[in-house]
Amino acid sequence: MSTPATSLFSSDLSVINVGLAMFDRDITAQGAQVTTLDWTPPAGGNPEALAALDALEAPEVAERIAAANAEAVERIMSARPMLIGYGRALDVVPGMTPTTILHSGPPITWDRMNGPMKGAVTGAIVFEGLAKDLDEAAEVAASGQITFKPCHEADSVGSMAGVTSASMYVHIVKNETHGNVAYTNLSEQMAKILRMGANDQSVIDRLVWMRDVFGPMLKEAVEFTGPIDLRLLLSQAIHMGDECHNRNGAGTLLLFQALAPGLLQSSFTTAQKKEVFDFVASSDYFSGPTWMAVAKAALDAANGVENSTVVTTMARNGVEFGIRVAGLPGQWFTGPAQKVVGPMFAGYKPEDSGLDIGDSAITETYGFGGFAMSAAPAIVALVGGTVAEAMGYTRDMGEITTAENPNVTIPALNFQGLPTGIDVRKVLATGILPIINTAIAHKDAGIGMIGAGITHPPATAFEQAAVALARTVA
Amino acid sequence: MSITAVVKKNTYFDSVSLMSISTRANQLPGVVQAFVAMGTEMNKGVLGSLGLLTADLEAAGTGDLMIVVEADEGADHTELLTEVEALLTQKAPASGGENAVTYRTVDSAASGTPGANLAIVAVNGAYAGREARKALENGLHVMVFSDNVPVEEEVALKQLAHSKGLFMMGPDCGTAIINNVALCFGNAVRPGTVGVVAASGTGAQEVSVRIHALGAGISQLIGTGGRDLSEEVGGIMMIDGIRALAADPGTSVILLVSKPPAKAVESKVLDEIAKAGKPVVVYFVGGTEEAVVAAGGHFAASTQDAALQAVRLGVDAEASVEEPDPKRVDELVARLTPEQRYVRGLFCGGTLCDESMYAVLDVSDNVWSNIQKNPERQLPAGSASTGHTFLDFGDDEFTNGRPHPMIDPSLRLARLVEEAKDPEVALIVMDFVLGFGAHEDPVGVTLPAIAQAKKTASDAGRHLEIVGYVLGTDRDTPGLDEQVAALDAAGVTVTRSSTETGTFARETARKAHRA
Repeated sequence: MSTPATSLFSSDLSVINVGLAMFDRDITAQGAQVTTLDWTPPAGGNPEALAALDALEAPEVAERIAAANAEAVERIMSARPMLIGYGRALDVVPGMTPTTILHSGPPITWDRMNGPMKGAVTGAIVFEGLAKDLDEAAEVAASGQITFKPCHEADSVGSMAGVTSASMYVHIVKNETHGNVAYTNLSEQMAKILRMGANDQSVIDRLVWMRDVFGPMLKEAVEFTGPIDLRLLLSQAIHMGDECHNRNGAGTLLLFQALAPGLLQSSFTTAQKKEVFDFVASSDYFSGPTWMAVAKAALDAANGVENSTVVTTMARNGVEFGIRVAGLPGQWFTGPAQKVVGPMFAGYKPEDSGLDIGDSAITETYGFGGFAMSAAPAIVALVGGTVAEAMGYTRDMGEITTAENPNVTIPALNFQGLPTGIDVRKVLATGILPIINTAIAHKDAGIGMIGAGITHPPATAFEQAAVALARTVA
Repeated sequence: MSITAVVKKNTYFDSVSLMSISTRANQLPGVVQAFVAMGTEMNKGVLGSLGLLTADLEAAGTGDLMIVVEADEGADHTELLTEVEALLTQKAPASGGENAVTYRTVDSAASGTPGANLAIVAVNGAYAGREARKALENGLHVMVFSDNVPVEEEVALKQLAHSKGLFMMGPDCGTAIINNVALCFGNAVRPGTVGVVAASGTGAQEVSVRIHALGAGISQLIGTGGRDLSEEVGGIMMIDGIRALAADPGTSVILLVSKPPAKAVESKVLDEIAKAGKPVVVYFVGGTEEAVVAAGGHFAASTQDAALQAVRLGVDAEASVEEPDPKRVDELVARLTPEQRYVRGLFCGGTLCDESMYAVLDVSDNVWSNIQKNPERQLPAGSASTGHTFLDFGDDEFTNGRPHPMIDPSLRLARLVEEAKDPEVALIVMDFVLGFGAHEDPVGVTLPAIAQAKKTASDAGRHLEIVGYVLGTDRDTPGLDEQVAALDAAGVTVTRSSTETGTFARETARKAHRA
């Protein structure tokens, strides 16, 4: 009779070695197979989180979670976000009022906001005509007249400070598969811009032009083109060497190609159309927010899948990094926002950097951005790595995710799908934190973007999420 | 000829991939023509001109995948479609690039290493249980090298392993030999037919080396972990180990080694002897003959005796061991001052320490140790020696926060120099453990301290006898002969087994007392 013991005695020994590298050498010397783990204490050695992890990995619990996570990633991967229009935030974003200001990341009050976010908020207050200048705007912001709210709690995402006020135009992206809608602001192109904390007259003037010309022209354009399949464009852009967070050259061409006929048919003057064409051409980032809305529309479809440990939000407000999980809808788990490491524009030093900020980590939550670094070897220099490291980033993210998205693939990895569905448990078990590509804003209000690089969430956010999940699921 | 068309809604593949998939689909046996493409106007136009455009295909959108297969008469369309769809997900493995694959978790290593059958867990005791459980859940046998694993966790792991028919060796288990591969602390011994189940690490090493010295070899050596025969654990691993060796055609005789087991557990374990269908030799340090014989086993009074009986019963009935020359002790005693009455044992191996200590206990009750069962004779790790003292430097008290003395000898070296200053010391006994996991030159690293100890004594006008036992084989690196020669050259009296070492210590204690 064959038992596990007889089968061991009659097979070649093949050892998985956990903890001591010297045993690797000894076993190899005796001619047996050995695989030595790159081991770190699970859950960072935090006993409460480790107990939660153990509870979530108990077989009967794990079985329930596996089914839930399969459902969550199926929703994410089958979501089909379509660009169905553009509109004024006040007209389209749920819950928007003339005195509401949306911001990035988890909830935060005015007094706790960092420099770039305060800069963006005061700039937006002036732009909306709620104050005559930035000083008065700061008083208004502190007065309690303004309703501050995370973008994420208004079906939206916002890059960097994420500041979105009533008159700004936003993308309207509908997930055709599940029916939910996501919104996000328009790219301001440039570096000295509101979302990076800049707020001088040139910034306000550009916002006015975007409100009066750029936004309305885009709105008309989509009325002519009809809905645009953004996941299709995303897949193509990734095949063309974008990771669609820090590199958007291909995606912007594809999106503009889709919009151009509509823009040409719009009711604006030729001079205005040329302004818009020039503005789009001025920065590859034009489509950056669009892909964020794609990710948001897909991930929101997974919110509320009971028992799921899949992460549906990663977002930062410049002070805290927050995550949300499919199985615990509406709850934020936060830790301190981290430094971003990467090249800076001439004249700036690391100590000038504001901490990690923005909802753009929604792209990594979906599986592109830093997760798809292997698709964009052109920018590994930007994040300080080699092409081989870029391949490794995507492989590592495969260790902490649930599935590979067959609809968005990476040519250099033999068309492996995007690593999809970050699993809180896997992050704790492996000690691998999600990698995020991002921009760096100056720490002070009024200056703007000063660099770009990579960062990670704080492990504590995942540890808290595991504890809360263990309480509800296990 | 017949045509099948399927539209997979909301499924995107890039055109280059689809061209490749179509090419391969066209090569499938039974396929006349295959067409796999997105539902774009252009692609639908191509299908139209081929006369393949059905109403379903006409309705496909740009985000939908169209699969059209024209097959030989009589071909199984369902099967062909399955084969074409399989091409959609089939991928060559990603190339390794510059980074070799490294695994972070037991789960990923197990799924990435299909032939894996055993895991060694040697992480901090707080995490060892989790990693061991993961390994068991992945169908791997486990050896937990870690210590400080809570006993409740050990019980749970062993119950889980037992329910799956898997081995859960350890925790605090230094030694195993599986399929002739020594794991963690172990010696290079000949393959053979003696199967060992041992609850003691150095005890297992000692019997394996003695069996090798007798010209026989080891089939399997299963280390159960030091607490396996306690009341709480109940001998789960030893019983499963006996049963596995009983069923193993490569094993002709079974040898059990343990420190004294809990009574209830001892009888449970001995109950297995009758069912084994093979001779079973039992060496439980300080155990009694009656229970073993009543259970149908062969009682061994020492490690040497255990190895000898096992080899005689299972391999070579004529095997024998050369008796030590009693004159050696007499010659030593003649050189001692009247004050020099006590034996001091400085050991790396717990069972080796035990064996010598029990030998001296036969002739004196003035025996002190950090592993003494008698609480009145327990000597804490930091205390000076008194009377006959036996120290196990591998015990938790000494290893707390530092490596095992088989790897880091510094505490023992310092103690050797210290003992040499004591005018009451007649004999210092030491073990030197060779093999995998051990120090690369255990004798060499001790020689300066030996020289210093000898000089300290001779400066004070005394002879200091040092007895050294080298646990190892000619196949170990460094080899047994080389280490023995080095001890010889340093004036150390070399013994040939743990048992002989104990006898030397006992006789010295007995005769020096009398002198």
